[in-house]
Amino acid sequence: MTARDEILARLRTALADTPPAVPVPRRYRRVDDRPDLVEVLVDRLTDYRAVVHHGLDALPGLLGDVDRLAVPTDVPADWLTGYAGQVHRDAPPLSPADLDGMDAVLTGCAVAIADTGTIILDAGPAQGRRALTLVPDRHLCVVRTDQVVGLLPEALTRLDPRAPLTLISGPSATSDIELNRVEGVHGPRRLEVVLVSSAR
Amino acid sequence: MNRPVAPATGGGRIRTPLPFPTAARPAVADRQLRANLHRATRTIRDKRARVVDEVPDWEALRDAGSAIKADVQRRLPELLEQFEASATAAGATVHWARDAAEACRIVVDLTRAAGADEVVKVKSMATQEIELNEALEAAGIAAYETDLAELIVQLGEDTPSHILVPAIHYNRAQIREIFQRRMPDAPADLTDEPSALAEAARVHLRRRFLSARVAVSGANFAIADTGTLVVVESEGNGRMCLTLPETLISVVGVEKLLPTFGDLEVFLQLLPRSSTGERMNPYTSMWTGVTPGDGPRSVHVVLVDNGRSAVLADPVGRPALSCIRCSACLNVCPVYERAGGHAYGSVYPGPIGAILSPQLTGVADNASLPYASTLCGACYDVCPVKIDIPEILVHLRQQAPHPPVERAAMRVLSWVMRSPRRWAAALRLMRVGAAPLGAYRERRTGARTLRRLPWPMSGWTRSRDLPLPAPQTFRDWWGKQ
Repeated sequence: MTARDEILARLRTALADTPPAVPVPRRYRRVDDRPDLVEVLVDRLTDYRAVVHHGLDALPGLLGDVDRLAVPTDVPADWLTGYAGQVHRDAPPLSPADLDGMDAVLTGCAVAIADTGTIILDAGPAQGRRALTLVPDRHLCVVRTDQVVGLLPEALTRLDPRAPLTLISGPSATSDIELNRVEGVHGPRRLEVVLVSSAR
Repeated sequence: MNRPVAPATGGGRIRTPLPFPTAARPAVADRQLRANLHRATRTIRDKRARVVDEVPDWEALRDAGSAIKADVQRRLPELLEQFEASATAAGATVHWARDAAEACRIVVDLTRAAGADEVVKVKSMATQEIELNEALEAAGIAAYETDLAELIVQLGEDTPSHILVPAIHYNRAQIREIFQRRMPDAPADLTDEPSALAEAARVHLRRRFLSARVAVSGANFAIADTGTLVVVESEGNGRMCLTLPETLISVVGVEKLLPTFGDLEVFLQLLPRSSTGERMNPYTSMWTGVTPGDGPRSVHVVLVDNGRSAVLADPVGRPALSCIRCSACLNVCPVYERAGGHAYGSVYPGPIGAILSPQLTGVADNASLPYASTLCGACYDVCPVKIDIPEILVHLRQQAPHPPVERAAMRVLSWVMRSPRRWAAALRLMRVGAAPLGAYRERRTGARTLRRLPWPMSGWTRSRDLPLPAPQTFRDWWGKQ
């Protein structure tokens, strides 16, 4: 008997008492349609030590001290307007060592959750592959206001589970030493969010 | 002829080598350890309470989480088959391991097949449970723990003492000392500032991440309908391991399944707030098989039984499989706070360990653990999936072997207590018989208690005082009013 068949058989024997079906009560909140979601997002991002800026106009200033900037291949051209440093597109894919030599990475996101200050990447438009936003020490992320939802359940409905997904809430951190939160271990030590109004 | 296949208990680091009271004695006497634990559990307890209070529908989330997990247990065989089919369709290879040894063998073989002699590891309870690092080392493969606390424990040649914060028993000065002694690239002027210690770990592991070819992880959740695995972490070491190497091997207990991707909307709210006391942990990674051009090209999942079928077979103890390893129960437990994690002997300490370890191994092999509790119930109150830990503790105590003297005494007691007349008479006898002794003790010590009883009751008074019967019962007093 294979391990698979044996484990499944063990589990079936274990359930010989045929436990009754369990209805799942879903009385929790699924949507939060407060009008000030963007303010909540800013508050929560700041609380977990992400830095928030407003408008694409802020980008050239933010990138002023960046010599080498990694970007996904489909980065919108207007994000780079006024940037004078080297742009490294991820095509052909940058090696881990290349990425380690970057000063910053600039991407967009798929959705942001106000309640928890979370940004979600799904390898969709303007995001690139996972390594791109992981290895550089500084991550600048452009979030459009129409990408902001209130709660986690709303955010999940906007995602394709089969895409590689990364939920980011503040910069890399650890609480392993006396449970003090320290920002910056292996992931980007600086997370900066550029909020852009989607109204044109 | 088809005979049913019996559920089987498991092995690995889930057995107490010593009875809990014996193992706890040195820990309780260690003042530094008690101070570290007191401070740490207090801090995290308060953080959790603050972020849970923010959530108006917390109880509704707990109810949903508890019900989803009960549903998973009821449908475990079919959900596992569904997970296998979805993950395989997405390009992953699914392996099955009856026990710890088989799981280790699979990981060793996969690592060798990838041509690697070292692996980077994401913190994982399952791999600690099956003693994977030891098995890899025996096979000539170096395993590097990359979570900061796991790194501290590994460098200190110690074992974890907490599910979430394995190095909770060390303070910053002790961690600095370990780094200076065991980390060759630690700066000479390393201070004990947490940020300096974290920076030292970053530098130490950076090159290893960038060149690693094989990573080993666990998973917090495995989604049956999509074949997705989920890892919840803070430091980014998880993302490094899950993204950069060519081969990724995830060791997952069979109980980690959730039926649908949508069920994460409950568990990704319950886990971070219960665990680190954050609204959301810094990083959560989800992957489904292989994504061309993004992350590992070879993705393996090892589904492990190792005693879980035995837990499932007990309808009372079954909810222990709902545990999402948040460790909230450890942080509120008065016994854990004083004894620390090592006293439990198993990788699963605290209240959840006191029920899970004996069920995984069979109660006879961990008979002291169900007694490592005051039954105060704080663990049940904070459990995000509402595991009634006190109920299961009492259930397991009944199954644990009891010495013949105790069994005889309990039989007599049960006979006496079955009849109100016999019970009242026995109380009267005890009151009258103990009256002179009680009066004497009260004169000498100010309390009607005995510090020590002769054998065979001496074991009971080793950690307790025996109160003597009051001169008057409440019912007598009430009758006179």
